[in-house]
Amino acid sequence: MSSGNNNAGTGSFLSGILRNQIFIPIAALLILAVFNFIVDPSFFKITLGHNSNGDPVLSGQLISIIDYGSELAILAIGMTLVTAASRGQDISVGAVIAISGSVVLRVLCGTNSRPDELQAPIIVAFLISCLVAMAFGAFNGALVSIFKIQPMVATLILFTAGRSIAAWINNNELPVVNDETFTYFGSYIPGIPIPTPFFIAIACFIITWLALKFTNLGLYVQSVGINEKTSRLNGLNPALIKFVTYIILGLCVAVAGFIKVSRLSTINYSVVAKDIEMDAILAVALGGNSLSGGKFNISASILGAYVIQFLTTTLYKFQVQSDALPAYKAVVVIALVILSAPVVREKITAAFRKLRSSANAESQS
Amino acid sequence: MKMKKILVMAASMIMCGAMFAGCGTTETSDSGSNSKSESKSSSSDLIKVGIINNDPNESGYRTANVNDLKATFTKENGYDASFAYSLKNEEQINYAQKFIQDEVDYLLLSAADTAGWDSVLKDAQAAGVRVILFDRTIDADESLYEASIVSDMDKEGEQAVDWLKTQNLETYDIIHLQGVMGSAAQKGRSGALNDTAKELKWNIVAQQTAEWNAEKAQQIVQSVIDSEKKFNVIYAENDDMAKGAVAALDRANISHGVGKDVVVIGFDCNKWALEELKAGNWNYDGQCNPFQSSYIVDIIDKLEKGEKLDNKTVVMEEKGFDAKTITDDDVSRYGI
Repeated sequence: MSSGNNNAGTGSFLSGILRNQIFIPIAALLILAVFNFIVDPSFFKITLGHNSNGDPVLSGQLISIIDYGSELAILAIGMTLVTAASRGQDISVGAVIAISGSVVLRVLCGTNSRPDELQAPIIVAFLISCLVAMAFGAFNGALVSIFKIQPMVATLILFTAGRSIAAWINNNELPVVNDETFTYFGSYIPGIPIPTPFFIAIACFIITWLALKFTNLGLYVQSVGINEKTSRLNGLNPALIKFVTYIILGLCVAVAGFIKVSRLSTINYSVVAKDIEMDAILAVALGGNSLSGGKFNISASILGAYVIQFLTTTLYKFQVQSDALPAYKAVVVIALVILSAPVVREKITAAFRKLRSSANAESQS
Repeated sequence: MKMKKILVMAASMIMCGAMFAGCGTTETSDSGSNSKSESKSSSSDLIKVGIINNDPNESGYRTANVNDLKATFTKENGYDASFAYSLKNEEQINYAQKFIQDEVDYLLLSAADTAGWDSVLKDAQAAGVRVILFDRTIDADESLYEASIVSDMDKEGEQAVDWLKTQNLETYDIIHLQGVMGSAAQKGRSGALNDTAKELKWNIVAQQTAEWNAEKAQQIVQSVIDSEKKFNVIYAENDDMAKGAVAALDRANISHGVGKDVVVIGFDCNKWALEELKAGNWNYDGQCNPFQSSYIVDIIDKLEKGEKLDNKTVVMEEKGFDAKTITDDDVSRYGI
């Protein structure tokens, strides 16, 4: 009898995990990790070396993943909130990254596109770019919340116009910053061998986590996403909450844009963060969040973002032929998305339940 | 209810406005109408040209190209020029039709796409508008245009690869960063390297597209470094990707440039890239000449005098710069 109880315990534990949102990105991560481990265990090798400035840095594929995946993780935070509240996605994030990145450089460089020294402190440039990105977020938010335009259509405006605006900010020039401290945010702070973008992503996650824990933001966002009318009847202002999520996304975009310009100390507005909006939406989907709004799980989205980077790095590592790269990615994405579809997950849970009951029957007999 | 309708109207109007702004058409229509009214008042001895180009924001190359044309085709130089920009072929064809109706003398065209130009060029011919293609070629009969001024991408690649040959490295282990697959620049620049690598048994350590993107290039090179593969040449098909690659090298403390461990090759001759070259951090940069206006003016002069052109296709002279021989003068003159 006791063994039967045990079985039931593990069974419900398993199905609990399966029903948990975070299961999907973790499973995807495990599959990728196991695949890499079998094919080439050196994938997981991490070595401590020095960069050309003589500062200690860790290097290895895993470090590259947490490094380059960080912007996507930060974007995934904002995108999850926007998706949950407004039942749609913002496709202008890549273009707004170009804008906010251009603003950073514009403030740092002043009128000269190649200054010898910075024209303003870095923190000022960052704060101004935050304000600008939040303003563009507010523009998107206003179209969605007040004018009730479909999010994808509303953000299509900045998607098409954004990169031209970015070009205009710097008079079509490509400014270059020659300042060592500016590069810290996209690479390493001297003496700390872990890439800075990862710390920034963790900081963003902690801030969001605290905000969701100590305010009602999460609850409000979910209720607006699940049913706008009832939340209004319960005294919420759905328009305001949607608007706020777009501004939060704007802030995330500014942080991501800041890391992007810091990486190379310059910006090419026509290609920077190209197609990142699709990856950000995919991160939300991989996190098991419904793309039609409602309940959400930020941690799962962030994990989803790193899974996407894991996949990208894996494909680079195995030297997949250039022109075939998108096709491979598509196949993996299809597999992951199908795996994460509620129908499939229910089937899997049902299969586990069957297994459990048959095990129960065996132990009883 | 009425309020709501008005709001929706207003929103859609904002949207349309923003979209047009995004396509960069507003400036065009302004300048188009301006030039129309101006040309009526101005004397008729100005040569009237309509210039259709790709969006100046497309790349640094395009910006330099547009600025060069704008600086050349001015009133002072005897031209009455109208400019139109679009990355879409259909829009460009519409502009061409508009320019033909405006009775321009010359239509200068950098087509977004190679197909679909036959009928509009026939209209131009019928209206007596002479067409000169620059930068891009099209799939149309040669009789439909006067001249075509092009960069020879194959030659650009060959020049760079020939230079690489003369370096006489002990081994050639190359990371090849490609542009957007299928673009003319990618085909030409990849083709030369592929052929020579096969012929001389150079080892291509990695060959991937970074889509002209610095950050993707950085990730690809980082990935090669992380896999602990040996390489001593980076062949990047534009400057941005070379810059991304160098960022990855710096991070891993791998020296690059003149007399160092890794040879860095870029293309396009951006000013900042030539400065890197001058500082000895890179080794070679191949030019993709955006300064076509002098060639165009040359052709227009000949046509105005009634001379015949020797050749319909004019290939521009393009340089390649070696870090050891580049001068400050080169940097300021050829940097874009």
